Amino acid sequence: MTVDRVAGVALVLIGLATLWESRAFPLGSLHRPGPAYMPVLLAGLLIVFGVAVFAMGARARTLREVGWPEWRHAVAIFAACAFAAWGLDRVGYRITMAVVVGFLLLVLERKGWVLGLGLTIVMAWGSFYVFDTLLRVPLPRGPFGL
Amino acid sequence: MLETLQNLGLGFQVALAPAVLWYGFIGCLVGTLVGVLPGVGPLAGISLLLPVTYGLDATSALVMLAGIYYGAMYGGSTTSILMRIPGEAASVMTCIDGYAMARKGRAGPALAIAAVGSYVAGTVSVIALMFLAPPLAAFALRFGPPEYFSLLLLGLLVLAYMNSGSMLKGLAMAALGLLLGMIGIDQMSGYFRFAYGVAELGDGIGVVPVAVGLFGLAEILLTAGQPNPPEVIRPRLRDLLPSRQEWREANMPIWRGTAIGFLIGIIPGSAHVISTFVSYAVERKVSKHPEEFGRGAVAGVAGPESANNAATSGAFVPMLALGVPGVPVAALLLAAMMVHGVTPGPLLIQQDPRLFWGFIASMYVGNVILLILNLPLVGLFVNLLRVPYPVMYPIILVCSILGVYAVNSSVVDVWIMLGTGVLGYVLRKLDFETAPIVLGLVLAPMMELSLRQALAMSAGHYAIFVTRPISVTLLAVGVVLVALALRPLVSRTLDWRSRLPAES
Repeated sequence: MTVDRVAGVALVLIGLATLWESRAFPLGSLHRPGPAYMPVLLAGLLIVFGVAVFAMGARARTLREVGWPEWRHAVAIFAACAFAAWGLDRVGYRITMAVVVGFLLLVLERKGWVLGLGLTIVMAWGSFYVFDTLLRVPLPRGPFGL
Repeated sequence: MLETLQNLGLGFQVALAPAVLWYGFIGCLVGTLVGVLPGVGPLAGISLLLPVTYGLDATSALVMLAGIYYGAMYGGSTTSILMRIPGEAASVMTCIDGYAMARKGRAGPALAIAAVGSYVAGTVSVIALMFLAPPLAAFALRFGPPEYFSLLLLGLLVLAYMNSGSMLKGLAMAALGLLLGMIGIDQMSGYFRFAYGVAELGDGIGVVPVAVGLFGLAEILLTAGQPNPPEVIRPRLRDLLPSRQEWREANMPIWRGTAIGFLIGIIPGSAHVISTFVSYAVERKVSKHPEEFGRGAVAGVAGPESANNAATSGAFVPMLALGVPGVPVAALLLAAMMVHGVTPGPLLIQQDPRLFWGFIASMYVGNVILLILNLPLVGLFVNLLRVPYPVMYPIILVCSILGVYAVNSSVVDVWIMLGTGVLGYVLRKLDFETAPIVLGLVLAPMMELSLRQALAMSAGHYAIFVTRPISVTLLAVGVVLVALALRPLVSRTLDWRSRLPAES
């Protein structure tokens, strides 16, 4: 399967899913288009584009030819970011960011303790000081006030 | 003409007064620093600092706030070039070749060209603003819903046509961006669409989380785990300024970007964003080496950066001439005027000429301040590239998460950034460009509104788009572009002789 064919199928599926979900809203008429009008129009276009990409994608690279050597690293970084999104409101900005930066530098990149811990503290507490204290952008403190 | 020059003289008297000059400098400095922080764009910067101006007179306050605007626009390009994090949608195109130049050790020239391009575009467009403001503003008012829809459609077609890959893939990505823009409360009926109970999605998907995800996070996911991480770059002093060849390559794109930015900037809406996309697309099309775009083409930085800044001045046309804010920042500046007891609108030029012409002259002065301020800062910013990538990317991630969160104080935006980061990662693996998604997302609300309003105006007849002169002209240009894109395909299909086996 070539990459274009995979992409074509994905585009068609997104278009079909949008059509399905758009049933919840009135389509309206040409004279007075409803909230589903534009999504349905775009979903139709996406399906047409998807079919065309699929049809013209026979000569593209195959999925096997696409290298994914970095996938383990990418998953770990994504997990760290997901933890940040989960933790910001629950454990507070500074603790969350300290965990994220500490994990990335010390565990994933295996940097030295001095650099890792130093940068963790500077990034977590320093960025909090700049944004929350100086720029008055409220950042979450969590149950520990951190 | 003579009267305009006399008025400008009055303006310079106001703008060059030490106190006004000082506040202009503070505005540019604060704006640059705020713009460098990802997520804190000009709008947030002006909002945060608006209360600081309450104690100032109206002219100083307006000059300072406009300085923040210019500074933040320029500061946004710094993170785009050095880290591939677009501070806002207008910096997306700078990310592509600016970052590629930085990875080739040409970050200094990229930043310098962005600074000089911004200066030229800013200054030239202020001159144009002075002479052309009233007639151009009147022309912009002739844009009704059908014209807007045609213009936005043309914007998408231009981008897709000038895509480095296929037009089809570009259009598919633009459609995906438009579809993302459908999420949230429908402006005309109040329906909550595709939000699945997430209240934060009521205002729709923000451009900043999507742009940071598609560009910043996707880049980190792709690069951090490579067997050979990017090399540490140690810029030398002589590498900080562009070479003669790079100046030559930047020259025409700066002028073209200025013209494109100013003309598109007059039209209210997200015009400065569109202008950067159009400028990039035009540069790629006219270039003798289009294959260099995406790999560090100087024109890919010079054009969009100039367009962005020229559009900034263009956006002031409807604001100053008519009191109509074309962009959210102009609305904020109008609000600041009213706070200081100034009534914006067509009578402003007669009732308060010192403020009007002082503001115009301060734009010249502001551009000079910005240039003087930013060229020495190039050396400072470029030193960031000395940090090894495995240490740099956690810092970039923290800045991205923080910047995205700070816009609305919402973790939903952080999740959106994560989702679009993965999407960007996969799309780049599949050889799709992600910039059209951002443009689609930016244009979606206005495009939908203008389509539905136009159909309501015409009682459901699509003919309204081809019976109005401006609209039909814009659509005709779009049709020509599609025809040009299809030409190679058609000629390949028709050229059946070339596929016949050669006769022995």
